[in-house]
Amino acid sequence: MDITRLQQIEPWCWTVPHAPGEARGDVRLYGSRELLATMDDKVIEQITNVARLPGLVGPAMTMPDAHWGYGFPIGGVAAFDPERGGIISAGGVGFDISCGIRCLRTNLQLQDVAGELPSLARELSEKIPAGLGEEGEIRLAPDALDEVLAGGAQWAVEHGYGAVADLEFIEEGGRVGGPVPENVSALAKKRQRGEMGTLGSGNHYLEVQVVDRIYDEAAAQAYGLRPGQILVSIHCGSRGLGHQIGTDYLVSLAKAATRLGIRLPDRELACAPINTPEGQQYIGAMNAAINCALANRQILTHLTRKCFARLMPRATLETLFDVSHNTCKREQHVVDGKKRLLYVHRKGATRAFGPGHPAVPERYRAVGQPVVIGGSMGTGSYILAGTAESEERAFSSASHGAGRAMSRHQALKQWRGRQLVDELAAKGILIRTRSMRGVAEEAPGAYKDVDAVAESTEQAGLARRVAFMRPKVCVKG
Amino acid sequence: MNAPPILKPGTHEYFEHDADIGVVGRGATLEESFEAAARATFAVMCDLDAVRPERSVTLDFEEADIELALVRWLNLLLGLAHEQGLVFSRFWIERDGVNWRGGASGEPWRRDLERGVEVKGATLTMLEVKQDRDGWLARCVVDV
Repeated sequence: MDITRLQQIEPWCWTVPHAPGEARGDVRLYGSRELLATMDDKVIEQITNVARLPGLVGPAMTMPDAHWGYGFPIGGVAAFDPERGGIISAGGVGFDISCGIRCLRTNLQLQDVAGELPSLARELSEKIPAGLGEEGEIRLAPDALDEVLAGGAQWAVEHGYGAVADLEFIEEGGRVGGPVPENVSALAKKRQRGEMGTLGSGNHYLEVQVVDRIYDEAAAQAYGLRPGQILVSIHCGSRGLGHQIGTDYLVSLAKAATRLGIRLPDRELACAPINTPEGQQYIGAMNAAINCALANRQILTHLTRKCFARLMPRATLETLFDVSHNTCKREQHVVDGKKRLLYVHRKGATRAFGPGHPAVPERYRAVGQPVVIGGSMGTGSYILAGTAESEERAFSSASHGAGRAMSRHQALKQWRGRQLVDELAAKGILIRTRSMRGVAEEAPGAYKDVDAVAESTEQAGLARRVAFMRPKVCVKG
Repeated sequence: MNAPPILKPGTHEYFEHDADIGVVGRGATLEESFEAAARATFAVMCDLDAVRPERSVTLDFEEADIELALVRWLNLLLGLAHEQGLVFSRFWIERDGVNWRGGASGEPWRRDLERGVEVKGATLTMLEVKQDRDGWLARCVVDV
């Protein structure tokens, strides 16, 4: 990114000055000078395009892990007021609706399981459906799928996948309100038939991790974290159903925008005002997809527990938290001293409510909501805690991952999957995959420095670091 | 005056994108460029030479905007492939005004097929369908 196009307004916060006569809202780019310098100039173009959309409240923002996406940049956050013509954008949510991370804490220490890791890696790779073309064992009739879309993780628990105790630690208690399964096309539902309880591919994974470092003792204690502890992170979303909803509504909202007289700076920002039939139709379908993703991660949690139970009968895996990072959610925020109901798009960004927020589970309320920054398979991941400051700065939002620094095409030229798997094994990280090409595309070197992203997230006041985890086993989708 | 370049019918290539992949189809006709863009899209997921054309599907749609038609063509193919658990390697499409009719052939996923990365959908980003002196070009970013 050409950093000279930016104006630094705080040590970790930048803006793009308006050109003379330029009609758009403000933008904020969070991160260090070094991280911003690695970003593509398209990030500036995309976030300033977002700032041109109707009904924007506050600035359009990018998180420190931002990179060039489609429509919105990945790591983009923008809030819209339905009472002021604010819009909902399919491109602001993405195809993998409610992609997110379920984090499980175990009662195991690394020294307890070190000898079992190869067996665990084999068990997980055999029992967790992962990768392109892989289907799960669950087959749902259309009526049952509608119940999933209405019930989310609550449906999964009611049907024997996991425990009621999980639900408290999932956003919205495991079920987002306002789903309209009728707004989901028949093809979207058909695509989901074999995909409940599957990881998918690309950057999706199931990782067994060890807590390597604690930054914040009080928050770590609230989250039940200690050095050497084994955690599990599951990264996936709403699978084929969400992809098809994205597909269906991208073109229909692009046409609706034209019909409704909205001038789109980029057609990918396909949108409709929230208070229109077109906008409400997408919101109903999107909420159904969010519930699908919550149910999917709940089923995968259940499958993971079964794998651990077979090899380590005394292991317990409790849900630490489940947080999505491709959503638009209706939330109350204070703007200029007044409470307002806004629709907050987070595309590749995590919600990060601070201490005292009523939506944060009681156990964590004094320290803030857990936030997960998923790193690459060779480096590590962070758990952070939401801050009060983040509410003022970014509608309570934070980074979601390391963020790509290199295209998949470039990564394929630079690395070979087999070689990477061997190199990581030599470092004590076991990779299990059916796609060596996928491993090469997801090479650790293709991502930004996750330490720098986490540090920038903290320094910018978006969330504070609690713990760093190193990967031990990674089942790649 | 330079001689016009010899166009290899229906060639595909890629362009750089940070998180996702840009697909490009080129052809002597609009339809060939669409078919080549479909090959580019499915080659992200699998080695097309290894895919046996055992099962066929057909599709049709109405679209006046040729750029939106590219996105709809690719997304219909992806939807059918995922719905039926197939991977496609051969594609055809015809256009009659705003009416498009096409199809694809391939086979169900099997263990020994190379797995690439799943394409979730074709986007409107960097979307372009145009004719130049080399023929037709059809491109967009696909989400993976």
